[in-house]
Amino acid sequence: MAKIEILTGNYAVAYGAKLSRVQVVSAYPITPQTTIVEKLADLVSKGELNAKYVCVESEHSAMAACIGASATGARAFTATSSHGLLYMSELVWWAGLGKFPLVMAVVCRALAPPWSIWTEHNDVLAHRDCGWIIFFAEDNQEVLDLVIQSYRIGEDERVLQPVMVALDAFILSHTSAPVSIPEQVDIDGYLPPPGCRKLPYILDPDNPYTYGNMTSPEYFMELRYEIERSMNSARKVIVESGKRYGEITGRYYDSLIEPYKCGDANVLLISVGSSVGDGKEAVDRLRDDGYNVGLVKLRTIRPFPFEELKSICGGRRYIGVLDRNYSFGFGGVVYSEVSSALQGLGVPIQGFIAGLGGRDITIEDYASIFKILIDMADRGLEPKIPLWIGLKEGLK
Amino acid sequence: MSVSMRDLTLKEYLLPGNASCPGCPASIGLRMLGKALEGRYVLIIPACCSTIIESQYPKTSYNVPVLNIAFAASAPAAAGVKAGFEVLGRGDIQVVVWAGDGGTADIGMTSLSGVAERNDDIMYICYDNEAYMNTGIQRSSATPYSAWTTTTVGGKGEHKKNLPMIMAAHNIPYVATASIAYPLDFVAKVRRAASIKGMKYIHLHSPCPTGWRFPSDKTIEIGRLAIQTGLWPLYEVDHGKFKLSSICIPLMDKSRRKPIEDYLKIQGRFSRISSEQLEELKRYVDVLWSEIALMIEKSKQV
Repeated sequence: MAKIEILTGNYAVAYGAKLSRVQVVSAYPITPQTTIVEKLADLVSKGELNAKYVCVESEHSAMAACIGASATGARAFTATSSHGLLYMSELVWWAGLGKFPLVMAVVCRALAPPWSIWTEHNDVLAHRDCGWIIFFAEDNQEVLDLVIQSYRIGEDERVLQPVMVALDAFILSHTSAPVSIPEQVDIDGYLPPPGCRKLPYILDPDNPYTYGNMTSPEYFMELRYEIERSMNSARKVIVESGKRYGEITGRYYDSLIEPYKCGDANVLLISVGSSVGDGKEAVDRLRDDGYNVGLVKLRTIRPFPFEELKSICGGRRYIGVLDRNYSFGFGGVVYSEVSSALQGLGVPIQGFIAGLGGRDITIEDYASIFKILIDMADRGLEPKIPLWIGLKEGLK
Repeated sequence: MSVSMRDLTLKEYLLPGNASCPGCPASIGLRMLGKALEGRYVLIIPACCSTIIESQYPKTSYNVPVLNIAFAASAPAAAGVKAGFEVLGRGDIQVVVWAGDGGTADIGMTSLSGVAERNDDIMYICYDNEAYMNTGIQRSSATPYSAWTTTTVGGKGEHKKNLPMIMAAHNIPYVATASIAYPLDFVAKVRRAASIKGMKYIHLHSPCPTGWRFPSDKTIEIGRLAIQTGLWPLYEVDHGKFKLSSICIPLMDKSRRKPIEDYLKIQGRFSRISSEQLEELKRYVDVLWSEIALMIEKSKQV
């Protein structure tokens, strides 16, 4: 029987890694990710997790060590946040382009200056192009479930790419919530045995290969295309893995998106991360008041859910996209991706910016966004430049 | 532990027809490394000349597994490989970093220091050709005083970073200096290192015809002169005990050292050296050997 414990997001990550029987953990502390690596160090030292813990001097080295471990076929794990992810960036690319199927939890946090330790998604979204599968979690249960599923997805022979599980700083990382922890025996049946992977490449003196050497334009494009093919396969593997996970835990993750009350909605809002829960609450309240609104949660940023979005957004009166990030001189990153996915559908799309640097995105914020969308739909207004929600008066 | 040429396997782990320059010292080192470990190792290589020597995909000139990794990341990548092998029950495989002086003394210094401080069970070999040769001869912190490079046009103003001693100061179990001109000494040191658990560091002096501006048939001769003039002393620091290598013991006597002009005059990179710079280099060698004398004394007391 699975047992329910009250866990922070960080501990949910650590228990997910433990249940996945990770074999090499390498990490460097950064607020607010620290309790992930502390918990894992504790589990290793108590013998509850049979892993090697490489306690490095920087994030750059943490990812290098994970790549090295993954190159032997071992199951590797790390976690970081914010500046740590950016310092690691060169090796994050190396892991993605090199097809090393390791897993990393990223506690999303704003970048400095000014210093901030609160949530924002720019750190993760700056790494959307580097060959990683990227999940965003809504709550601590999903955090634990995603870490486990990530190994099944990443190590699948059709995929063989690293996986990032993003969770919002403090709102998830340091907030305790009930989390159902599956039985180890169930997860042992769900994941391949750790360290049994032979692909894409294993360091073995009996069968020597050179991995990553200079490659001329004659061969380079095909190696890149292979990663894109893996990403496309990942769409299917994510759904298969999520369904299978549902069969053993009762929690099904069978799409790259999670629609909430979208059936008859004429206005939809697309959102990512921990604030989605507040969005669902706002949908309920507005529906009580007679508004036909719905919410779409993006579970993955890569691979991007093109088809799922097209199919759910077609025929609506207005689509909104809420971004907890900003691309200066453009707008929200998710907005740009959604606009590209929905090109040709003829549905107007309005971008909203909220919650930067950890500012609370409240149920009222969500309600006001929905009302703006309804108003724009009713008045037949064209979409505008992104609207900043909750900005203090005098700055607009 | 002395090694004779007859003890070495005839099997080659650096394959012929590779992309090294004529007279390349790194290729000599790679070849001897393979013979020392007889294939039971994996190579971790950051950006350096040896990423060129290994040749282009889908071919390779290395007859052992190789993981290419980012410039500043070779030491921790090797630590990760070792950790992976250990959990998979293959901890007997030697994990060897093969990195240039730029990837070691400059950009890779932090991560190398981290691995040394943690005493991860890897062997790190820096083949030191005293500049960024792969990118066209730019200075590194291992470039010697007064040497020309494309970024020290008037000669470098600072002395070479004493990396082996920095590594010894980490109190790792084994540090050695070696030279491609004394391959059996190098092989013996690699084998000694392989017998020790923990972090091992070998600094391999590697005269580069392309970057140092000398004819490609002079690599060994110049390598020997670096030792014979006292500019590159060969030694081991084995579990804290300093030991001057037998080749260098006579050089304790200053009169037994060849004049450093013999070493400098056949290299284009020193062709514009001034008399003041020459005096400074001579002073540097004297200081180096007085420090060695002190370390020998200290080791006797231990």
